[in-house]
Amino acid sequence: MIWMQQKKNYLSMILTIAALVSIWALVDYLTSGRPPILSGYYKLNIILLCINIILAVSLNLINGFTGQFSIGHAGFMAVGAYLSAVFTQKIMIVETIAAVTGLDPTGDVARTAGLLIAVFIGAMAAAVVGVVIGMPTLRLRGDYLAIATLGMGEIIRGLVLNIEYVGGAAGMSGITQLSSWTTVFILTIISVVVIKNFINSTHGRACISIRENEIAAETMGINTTKYKVLAFSIGAFFAGLAGALHAHYFYTIQPGTFNFLKSFDILVMVVLGGMGSLTGSIIAAILLTFLSAALQDLAALRMVIYALLLILIMIFRPQGLMGNKELSFATFGSLFGKKSSTGGGEQRDGSQSN
Amino acid sequence: MTVLKVTNLTKTFGGLKAVSDVNIEINQGELVGLIGPNGAGKTTIFNLLTGVYEPTVGEVVFLGKNTRNLKPYEVNHLGMARTFQNIRLFNDLTVLDNVKIAYHSHAKHGVVSSILRLPSFVKGEEEMIHKAIDFLKIFKLENKKDEIAKNLPYGEQRRLEIARALAAQPKLLLLDEPAAGMNPNETKELMEMIRWVREKFNLTILLIEHDMSLVMGVCERIYVLDYGQLIAHGKPEEIKNNPKVIEAYLGEEVAHA
Repeated sequence: MIWMQQKKNYLSMILTIAALVSIWALVDYLTSGRPPILSGYYKLNIILLCINIILAVSLNLINGFTGQFSIGHAGFMAVGAYLSAVFTQKIMIVETIAAVTGLDPTGDVARTAGLLIAVFIGAMAAAVVGVVIGMPTLRLRGDYLAIATLGMGEIIRGLVLNIEYVGGAAGMSGITQLSSWTTVFILTIISVVVIKNFINSTHGRACISIRENEIAAETMGINTTKYKVLAFSIGAFFAGLAGALHAHYFYTIQPGTFNFLKSFDILVMVVLGGMGSLTGSIIAAILLTFLSAALQDLAALRMVIYALLLILIMIFRPQGLMGNKELSFATFGSLFGKKSSTGGGEQRDGSQSN
Repeated sequence: MTVLKVTNLTKTFGGLKAVSDVNIEINQGELVGLIGPNGAGKTTIFNLLTGVYEPTVGEVVFLGKNTRNLKPYEVNHLGMARTFQNIRLFNDLTVLDNVKIAYHSHAKHGVVSSILRLPSFVKGEEEMIHKAIDFLKIFKLENKKDEIAKNLPYGEQRRLEIARALAAQPKLLLLDEPAAGMNPNETKELMEMIRWVREKFNLTILLIEHDMSLVMGVCERIYVLDYGQLIAHGKPEEIKNNPKVIEAYLGEEVAHA
C-alpha cells in the first residue's frame, strides 16, 4: 500500500516536471523568435504572472497557513526591488563580477550571476526586515495585525520616497533588464517548491497548528512566536525575491508601484485561491493576472468588473477556489484510478509527496 | 519523588479571587483527582500549571524547576502535557497530523533539512509517522488517521486529544474532564485506557472530573476545590464521606440531614 503510494507520487512528480519543462519550452519558443509569435505584451504578462505566483504563494504562507493576517506584502517587495536595483545600478555588481572573473560583462553568465546575487541580497534584506517587524507586530492578533502590517508597508514606501539616493518620488529608472523568462521561471519553481517543502514538514505543521488553535499549539510545545516570525520572514524573503525580479524586468521602479493597492492585489489572489492552498494561489494568480490584462482596454470599467467578479466568487465560494485542498497529478490519479485509495493526493500528505 | 509541588497558589482576575492559597503535591506515578463544583477554579489551576496564566501569588515547582515566567511551550518541554475541557484539536488537520504536531518538539530535523529534503528529514518524518500511529493505536484511532479531526464523533475527539497529549511524551499528564459528554460505556473504556497508559508510560496524572464514578474508581488521591479554595484532600473513601464535600456538592441541608 505504501509502495503503491510511493510509486504514484514518483509518477506524479515525473509528470509535473515534464509539464513544467514543456511550459518553459513552449513559452520560450513562442516569445524568442524573430519576430516572436507572441508579442512583447504577452511575454510581459507571462513574466508578471510568475512574479505574482511568487507573491501569492509567499503571502499564503503567512496568511493562509500560519493564520497571521498580513496586508503589507508590497513593502517587502519594495525592499527587495530597491536593494537589488541599488546593487546592480549603483554598486555595479555585474561589472564587478566581470572584472574579477574576467567574464564578458554583457555576456549571459556574468549578467545572470549578477542578477542572482542582487536578487538574493534583496530577498535576504526583506527577510531581515520581516524579522525586525515581525517580532513586535506578531504579538497582535487579527485586525490589529492587519493594520500594523498595512502601516509597515506604507512606512517602507514612505522611506524610499524620501531617499534621494534611490530617486525619491521619481524612483529608479533605466534598470538593466537582467531577468529573463528562464531565470524568472526557474526562480518561481524554486520559490513554490521551497514553500511547499516547508509546509509539508514538521515545521510547516507547527505553523499550521498556530492557525488552527494557538493555545493548543503553545501547550503542545510549539514556540508560537518563533514559528510566526519564521513564517513571516520566509514570506518576506520570497516577496523580496519577487520584487527584485520585478525591478530587473520592468526597467523602472517607483515608490507608487509598491503601495497598498499592490498588497491588496496579492491578498485578493490568496483569498480567491483559498487560504491554505498553494495550488489555489497559483491558479488565482494566473486567473487574475490574465483577467486584469484582458480588461486593460476597458480602463474605468476594468475595476468594476474585477470587483464584481470577486464579490460573486466570495458569495458562491467563500473558502476560495480550492479551499485548503491541493491539486496535483496524484489527485487526477486518484480521481480516475481505483477507488481503493483513500484520496491521498488531495490531502497534504507530508513526507511521501516527494 | 515529588513531580509537582504547588504552594500558596493564588490567581486574581481584577477583584475576583479565582484560586486562593492552593497547595498540591503530587508524587511520581500517582493518579490524582481534582474535583469541585462548577466555577470552583479547577481549569484555572490547570492554566496556572501549564503557564497559560501567570500566578498572582505562589509557586509551581515542576520536577524541581520553578515554572514562573516560563511560557506554555517551555513548560511542555519540561514534560507536562494537557487536554482541554472544551476540546481544542487542530480541527482542519488530519487525525495523524494532530498527533504529529505534539511530537514536534522531539523532532531532530531542522528547517533547512526539511526544505532541501535531506535524508535526516525523510528519516525524521518517517519516525514521526510511526510514533504517531503507535499512539493512535492505543486509543483505537489508527483506522481514522486520515480523517479530518473535526469530523470525528465527540468521544473520539476526546480520545484524540489524549493521544495528542501523550505524543508530547510528558512525565505529568493533565486531563481536563476527559469523560465529559461520554456515555457510561465510553467512560468505562476511557478509565481502562487511562490506567493502561499510566502503567505503560510510567506517567503521573492529574485529572479534573465531574463524573464522580470515574474519579472514585480511578484516582488514588483526590483534592476538592470550592470557590477557589481547597476544602478537602484524601483517599476516595474519605472524600465520599467528608461533610464539607457533600455540602459543596449537594448543599447544606442535605449535609445535616
